[in-house]
Amino acid sequence: MLIAKVIGELVATQKHSSHEGRKLLLVQPLNLDGSNRGDAVVALDAVDAGVGDRVLLSTDGYAASSSVGRPQSPIDMAVIGFIDHVEILPGVS
Amino acid sequence: MFLGRVIGCVWATAKNPQMEGMRFLLVQPLTPELQNTGKRIVCADAAGAGAGELIYWVRGREACFPFLPKEVAADATVVGIVDDVHVERTTAAPKNAKK
Repeated sequence: MLIAKVIGELVATQKHSSHEGRKLLLVQPLNLDGSNRGDAVVALDAVDAGVGDRVLLSTDGYAASSSVGRPQSPIDMAVIGFIDHVEILPGVS
Repeated sequence: MFLGRVIGCVWATAKNPQMEGMRFLLVQPLTPELQNTGKRIVCADAAGAGAGELIYWVRGREACFPFLPKEVAADATVVGIVDDVHVERTTAAPKNAKK
């Protein structure tokens, strides 16, 4: 799982049926210092997240598809939680 | 899933028999600001996408699920056509962001 920030939404009419009824979010994975970690990805929303939220992003297919309740479907990333707080031990960078 | 644009088609006449009738698309991955990022890849098509269209694609084991019960050897598949992208961030991702 990755710490990430929701930066936008996608609108798609013609898509796989397992993606219907769920929001498609544009999510930017983050490093611990808050900087961007690679490129933004598209993730299905399992928790009703919105733009600006800091969230937990699952990048495993089994975890992602079962978290949105649609196993055996082409979903490889899902937003599975909100992050309230991250505590890092002093001296760790 | 990742954002991308269809930049071409790939034809393969001799292929795995499970893949008969499938279309293969050349996809250029994009950032949310629609700038090219990363290398182009070949994706199977499960959405009926055409040249030039903005799409999103999955990679890995999940890429073969749209074709069930056929067990096809796809590791990247186009699963949706993007109509619109709403991005709300002021700064674009740095090109050499730490992976």
